[in-house]
Order: sequence, then C-alpha cells, then structure tokens
Amino acid sequence: MEEMKGIILEYVVEEYLDEDDDDEVGFDSPLISSGIVDSFSMVSLKVFLEKKFKIKLPDDEATPEAFDTVDSICVLVNKHLGK
Amino acid sequence: MAYSDKNREIFAGEIEEIKQKGLFKEKRFICSPQDAEIEVEYPEGAPRAKVLNFCANNYLGMSSHPEVIKAAHEGLDARGYGMSSVRFICGTQDIHRELQDKMSAFLGTEATLLFPSCMDANAGVFEAVLGADDVIIADRLIHASLVDGIRLCSAHYDTFKHMNMKHLEKKLELHQDKRTRLIVTDGVFSMDGDLIQLDELCALAEKYDAMVLLDDSHASGFIGKTGRGTHEHFDVMGKIDLITTTFGKGLGGASGGCVSGRAELIELCRQKARPYLFSNSMAPSIVAGSIKVIDLISKSTERRDKLELNTKYFREQITAAGLLVGGQDTPIVPVMLYNAKLANDMAREMYAEGIYVIGFFFPVVPAGAARIRVQLSAAHETAHIDKAVAAFKKIGEKYGILGLDKKGIIAKYGM
Repeated sequence: MEEMKGIILEYVVEEYLDEDDDDEVGFDSPLISSGIVDSFSMVSLKVFLEKKFKIKLPDDEATPEAFDTVDSICVLVNKHLGK
Repeated sequence: MAYSDKNREIFAGEIEEIKQKGLFKEKRFICSPQDAEIEVEYPEGAPRAKVLNFCANNYLGMSSHPEVIKAAHEGLDARGYGMSSVRFICGTQDIHRELQDKMSAFLGTEATLLFPSCMDANAGVFEAVLGADDVIIADRLIHASLVDGIRLCSAHYDTFKHMNMKHLEKKLELHQDKRTRLIVTDGVFSMDGDLIQLDELCALAEKYDAMVLLDDSHASGFIGKTGRGTHEHFDVMGKIDLITTTFGKGLGGASGGCVSGRAELIELCRQKARPYLFSNSMAPSIVAGSIKVIDLISKSTERRDKLELNTKYFREQITAAGLLVGGQDTPIVPVMLYNAKLANDMAREMYAEGIYVIGFFFPVVPAGAARIRVQLSAAHETAHIDKAVAAFKKIGEKYGILGLDKKGIIAKYGM
C-alpha cells in the first residue's frame, strides 16, 4: 500500500505540478477540490493508473471524489486489483 | 402542474448555492451599439452610465463598422432574414459558399465549413472525424467548447501541461499505439493572453505522425503580420490540419463559426457533424457582414496594426504603473491579482471610474489565479487607454498592490 501511494504521488507531482509551483502535495492533499487537477486533465491520471496497475477503472467510479487524494485513489485502485 | 413548489425549491436552492459561493453572474445591459464607448445599465435598474469598454472581443472594432453594417443591410435585402433550415436541406445560399471560399483563401486551407457558432464547430468536429481507435492530446487550458466537443467523441483523450512541449512529446510517445493522434490547442489562450509555440508543436506533430487542431478564435484577423492567425505568426501556414474559428470576435463580432482545413476532414464534418446537421444556418445578413470583414482585412492591415500598437502601448503603460500583467504581445492582458475577492472588488471600482472590465476567478481560471482581464481593440484611442491605465493606477494604489510581485500580492491578500 505504501509503495503504491509513493508511485501515485510521484506521478501526480510530475504530471500536474510545474517546477516553479509552491504547492506541497501529500497523500491526503486535496487534488481536485484544490484545483491542482481539474476534471478535464484528470483523464491523464486515469490512463496512468490503468496502464501502471493493469486495471480498468469504470467511468462511474473514476469520479472527482474518488480521485481527490492519493489515499482515496489507492482505495479505488486496490478495489480493482486482481479483478 | 409539473412545476411544483418542491421543484421550485430545488432549483431556487441551487441558485442560492451559486450566490453563496460568490459565483453568481449579475445582469448587465448594454444600451448602445458595441464599441469602445458604450452605455451600460448596471446594476439592473440603475441609470445608464457611459463607460469605456475593455472587456469585448471586438479586437478589430468591426462590431459597428459602417461598411460592415451596410453590407449586412444589403445581405438582409438581397437574401432575406433567415433560412428556416439547416445547411444540408435548404439552408445553403450562394453567399454561404462565398464566405467558405473566402475563409479558405484567408486561412490558407483546402476547405471550410460554416457552423452556427465556433462553440458548435468545436462541439461537432471531433465526433465527426475521430473514432474509438484514435487519441486526442490536448493542452490543459483549451477553451471549454473544445473540452465539451472532446467529451462528446468516442476517441481516447489525454492532456499535456499548458504550453509544455516536453510534456506533449512524452504524451505523443505514450500514444503511438493509436490509429491517429490529434493535438488540440488554442492559438491565443483566452484567459491568459499567451500564444502557443505553434512552430515547435508542428515539429513534434511531424515527428510523431500527429494531426493538429488549432482553435484560433482569439487570433483570427489580427495575429500574424497580415492577421491570418497564429499559424501565420509562427510561419506554419499549410501545416495545420484543422482550424476552428469564430465570426463573433475579430472577424465581425456578430456570430457564426467555421471549421477549416484538410478537404477530407471538412467533408466528414459536412456529412457527420451534429451541430451542422441539426442547427440552422448562419443568417444571410451575418454572412454578408462577415464577407465584408474578410474583404476589408484582406485589403489592408491598418486595423490589426492599430490593435498591435494599442496592445504594446497598454502593456507598457500598465506595467510602468506598477500592475502585474500576464501573457505576451496579444490584446488579451490579464492583470494578475490572484485573490478572487480582490479581483471582483477592483473590477467594480474600475466600473465606478468609467472603465468596464470584469474579474475572473476559479473555476473560470485555476484556483489562486484570479485576475481582471483587459481586452484591447482597434476601436480604442490613446486617450481611452490612458484613462484605463489611470483608473488602474488609482485603484491599485488604494489597494496597495502597485509594484508588488506575485508573492507580494498573495502575502497581502492571500490566494
């Protein structure tokens, strides 16, 4: 679980923050509701999760709420691992 | 009655929620033709006030140009009020074909198709051209109408960091397994006034076998040395596969839009794009007015040259006054304030000074990036610009932000 959190956090920082961004992002930092990730660019995160963890996330589960923190994303990914 | 008290309460509650969040859009009524100087009733019911307009997309000052008005009158007399039809049934006149041909010549493309608006063009183009085996790779700050169009299409989509070519390249590499790739970008971004590096983007498109769609709504008519758009500015005319643009901004200001580009892609739009198939044609008077605009700006660059000078002058003066502005060399000049309340309060006080500008904040722009967006026009005279700068200086001084950088403003007002 901790390893998965680290992988996702690293991706979020690289994918969504610019080098000069002052934002500090942790496992429980809000991503969508804070505006770091918007509902349009959220798709990049979904594509990454599906490729990295070899899962398929249904659109009705890949919601802004489920994607709002690294912690909540891990819960979603774990649910679909091994399916 | 289906609209019960309970239903009324539900929707009234939703409106109240919008108000509570500070996102409620107030009514403003313009009681004169669109121009640099307008008469405005704001708030609703207040006496009319004469103000200088710095928030219209009237880049070339064509909205009330006498020759355009005359041409629209002639179009109304010669071809009637409306078509009462969509394009493909009995809604295409000879003047629709004429405007399409003129746009192809103006933009340097193979073919053009008119739509009721550029919003409609963007809503229809993706679904008409792409399918489930393709991928769209879009800049993260593209216009909302492109986002909607992309979501209506069955193609995969992905995004790249705003104007970040390294990130785009990474995404192009990632999606080499798809049938086709389409890079989507604005030419000039409407909230930031920055220009995509279209030459670099086209080089990447060639390297990774990707097509390019450019929404040039905030560029057509004035960006580039003869105003053809962002592709002229970056010397990549002929390399853009699809251009969408509007007749509602620089190219007249009324309404209507188009998709222009490769012949096969335009033909697919004509066959399949739903807003083209299911919405009425552009009205004849607007088509005739738009033809006149293209004729005028094809003959002379006087208006885009004046807009360029006005832009340069405003950017120099506002920076010298101590305000912080974003963007580059375009007539969209965001005065950066970061804090939403500050942007709103300052815009209201600018109006009291006779300058009509609007504050923008989340979700229209990213959180913590609130600003007042200023838009220059060829209809502005130097005295108009001087008055706007003086008002910004006065209000900026009152709020103690003159000379402050981003960190300074945020330290004072928060994000």
